[in-house]
Amino acid sequence: MATPETIVNDWDPDALDTDEMILQMGPQHPATHGALRVELRTDGEIVKAARPHIGYLHRCFEKHCENVDYPGVMPYADRMDYCASMGNTLGFALAVEKLHAIQVSPYVDTVRVIMAELQRIASHILGVGTYSMDIGAFTPFLHLVRDREKILDLFEWTCGARLLYNYNWVGGVSHDVPEGFVKATGALLREFDSVTFPELLDLIIHNRIFVRRLSHVGVCSPELAISHDLTGPNLRGSGIARDLRKDEPYCGYQNYDFEVCLGKGQYGPVGSCFDRNWVRVVEMRESSKILHQALDRLEKMEKADVHEKVPKRVKPPKGEVYFRSEAPRGQLGYYVVSDGNVNPYRVKVKSPCFTAMSVFHHLAKGMMIADIIALIGSFDIVLGEIDR
Amino acid sequence: MDATYAFLASFVPEIAGWPAWALMLVSAGLPALACFMFMSLGPLVYVYAERKISAFMQDRIGPNRVGPIGLLQTLADTIKLLFKEAIFPKKVDRKLFVIAPILVNVGAFMPFLVIPWGGRLQPADLNVGVFYVVAIASLSTVGLIMAGWASNNKYSLFGGMRSAAQIVSYEIPAMMILLVPVMIVGSLSLQDITMAQHGGLQNWFLFRYFPIMPVAFVVFFVAGLAEVNRAPFDIPEAESELVGGFHTEYSGFFFAMFFMAEYTEMFVLSATATVLFLGGYLAPIPALQTLGFIGLPHVSLGWLWLWFKAWFLVFVMMWLRWTLPRSRVDQLMHIAWKVLLPIALVLVVVVGGLVLWPATANGFFWDRWVGWPLTLGLVGFLLYVMVRALQWSRRRAQELAAPARQAVTP
Amino acid sequence: MRRWFQDVWEGFFTVLVGMRITWRHLFTYPVTLQYPTVKWPLPPRSRMRLFMKFEDCIGCGQCVRACPVDCISLKAEKRPADAPPIWAANGQAIKLHVAVFDIDMSLCCYCNLCTYPCPTNCIYMTPEYEFATSDLTQHLYRFAKKDAQFILEDPKKKAAGQAPAEATAPPATPPAKPAGA
Repeated sequence: MATPETIVNDWDPDALDTDEMILQMGPQHPATHGALRVELRTDGEIVKAARPHIGYLHRCFEKHCENVDYPGVMPYADRMDYCASMGNTLGFALAVEKLHAIQVSPYVDTVRVIMAELQRIASHILGVGTYSMDIGAFTPFLHLVRDREKILDLFEWTCGARLLYNYNWVGGVSHDVPEGFVKATGALLREFDSVTFPELLDLIIHNRIFVRRLSHVGVCSPELAISHDLTGPNLRGSGIARDLRKDEPYCGYQNYDFEVCLGKGQYGPVGSCFDRNWVRVVEMRESSKILHQALDRLEKMEKADVHEKVPKRVKPPKGEVYFRSEAPRGQLGYYVVSDGNVNPYRVKVKSPCFTAMSVFHHLAKGMMIADIIALIGSFDIVLGEIDR
Repeated sequence: MDATYAFLASFVPEIAGWPAWALMLVSAGLPALACFMFMSLGPLVYVYAERKISAFMQDRIGPNRVGPIGLLQTLADTIKLLFKEAIFPKKVDRKLFVIAPILVNVGAFMPFLVIPWGGRLQPADLNVGVFYVVAIASLSTVGLIMAGWASNNKYSLFGGMRSAAQIVSYEIPAMMILLVPVMIVGSLSLQDITMAQHGGLQNWFLFRYFPIMPVAFVVFFVAGLAEVNRAPFDIPEAESELVGGFHTEYSGFFFAMFFMAEYTEMFVLSATATVLFLGGYLAPIPALQTLGFIGLPHVSLGWLWLWFKAWFLVFVMMWLRWTLPRSRVDQLMHIAWKVLLPIALVLVVVVGGLVLWPATANGFFWDRWVGWPLTLGLVGFLLYVMVRALQWSRRRAQELAAPARQAVTP
Repeated sequence: MRRWFQDVWEGFFTVLVGMRITWRHLFTYPVTLQYPTVKWPLPPRSRMRLFMKFEDCIGCGQCVRACPVDCISLKAEKRPADAPPIWAANGQAIKLHVAVFDIDMSLCCYCNLCTYPCPTNCIYMTPEYEFATSDLTQHLYRFAKKDAQFILEDPKKKAAGQAPAEATAPPATPPAKPAGA
């Protein structure tokens, strides 16, 4: 709800407080994680109002979906949140499978979980890494990205692409894991668990300067978080334990043993920027746990045909479905309406980052400009997902 | 200056007949010019070193194409910047826009005049050396504010203001700490301060009144970091926040001048810290002061020792930059006023009292045995970490060949 | 007061811990791959440039329908009645003459969806990624060839015809043509 003091543009020229400065953190800015424009009304260094303007990356994803068939939607879905494409395609595949009443085999489920969790680690690496780069420390980003490259190597080995995979299909996955995949992933996780993760904690997360920068900034109370529909790590950072993998399990997540990571407020009030970042950091470790279990399961399973349940022509019956999954950035929801044709009638995406932007101006009041950077980064937004 | 005069007079006796202004020009100007030329080559090396060190810390390689192992990279960058158009945005104040980088460089290079590189190897042995260094270094602050204002850009203005606030706040603890070695020696002349530390590593001021002086050194170093706008206090040039801070609008050679000034200021700070705490041009072992140990007792190695020690401090600054995130402006102020200043005040009072009391006029009795063990311990620790890192890295390179990945040269 | 000392000590100590990590990394090997002097071989499933073997194309248009970005254009017409019968390599008879088969790689989104429906597997993605050009029109690949060397003998029958001959006598005498050829 836009209250008078948060609307920046509708001012009366005569009543303009001339001590205030209107600053555009424009679409081109190193720290806005994409083409986001934030209009700040500041009094010196203190921000009075902040209004994010989105839409610079709108590519008419939902309209495109009406013109291609269901398998053809997958490349488009990949490109929404381009930092975590496995999550996007998984969500859509699961939604259409629900509509089509397809049940995939446990083998496919396990493969999907492995890919989703690897993608979660990769996405959080990018989120935490670029966040520390925004705060000023360049080195942790490069150390983390080294490991992300290895994950992308694994993806390239499996399905041929590094960033936009078109991997999860309606009814299965596009390629089976190659020979030696389990061993290679195990090696990667071993190094991640023993070296990269502890170094990350020591180098930046527990660093006093980093902590002081973030632990009292952007405090989002649980009520505010719920009322503005924050989901995923943003919500868990405020101390609320909601994780779709536990609450509404899909793909066999109920068989894995992992914890829901919450922001504990160990350095300041619960729900600060530090807590949201902390949730992402700890989620990497939990994903690694899930991956170890999933790899063990995969090794013990017999190989199954991953294209077994993929229909020749995806033509779901008339109807609609809303399915939500836990993407790395939060709850990704797909509302698919089918009228019985090969093309979907309507696909609507509920993007987690989009709803996170709505709480932005509430938290930004009273901060300093440097904290705006910290705030934007703590939501880990990807403009491709916000604008679709 | 007198030393230069005596040196020249021994070659050219007629020099005594020259008018005073010519004498002044030659005996003061020549060393200053030599010093300036020598120091202005510094940024070429520092920029390359910074890029390589940052690259290695980030598991990258850094510049390696221009020249062997990338040594000519800075030269290429300088030539490129020289050829770039110096853009003057529409409404800038042209005079201030041009003067600002010049002023910043003046503030950066002038302190070199009093840094002693050897017994008489000092362009000017002012008897208020310490005072002079501090005063001249503050000129660059004026230049920064000018740059921020003249750019006619909100972001640059912010950068300029922030930097002014930062530098001014951190000068106070820095200056207070500067007083501490001065009190111990009783003179403001940098030459005297250096000579008071003769006799080897254990006599350096860093280990006097242990553990008081190491704390003073740390405070001075941190305050100095903020003065030269280096991380974690590089708010004025915070790339990801204000794009470029006060030097957003500068391009071409003006930009190069700001860079030059920054790296030179870093070296000035390191050189001052070395003179005050780490023994200046004195060798850790007195026998290594000249090349006497290989039979050339007239060749002094003092300048090499000063260079080496200052370089180590510059390396520590770079090391800190690539480890730490940035502090926010008010946190920066908090550190200056609520942490460094109280510590500095307490130190000044305590050391002042200790100096006055005859029993501890020159230090505590255990100072002599602290220097070597501490240094060797630190060096040993660093070497240990280095060896372990090399071992681990070699093992990892063998183990973790990614699936079907063998680098092939086409 | 105690908190103040704690703050200062923690600040100092965490900085030192971080410095130790960066010191360690100063001596670990760089992970940079110095392209283009050193190149990695891409895994065989890599989805880079599309390639299409024109001699195997039957002109069905499945790939055109599957492509989500419409980067393939196909124009096929019925072959003249007197033209000799031609086959694709997997035995499928080619009934259409493909006059135009263009793939615009500047539009292609590398999703690989076109390769699955192809009945003869003539279109596939290769690991060839160094095809940057300075002229965008050069990204329009025209695969229709005027002088294509089609297979003029039914491969299935050829394989079937060869097998009995190899099983019996050495191929001095020509194999007997099966009835109904």
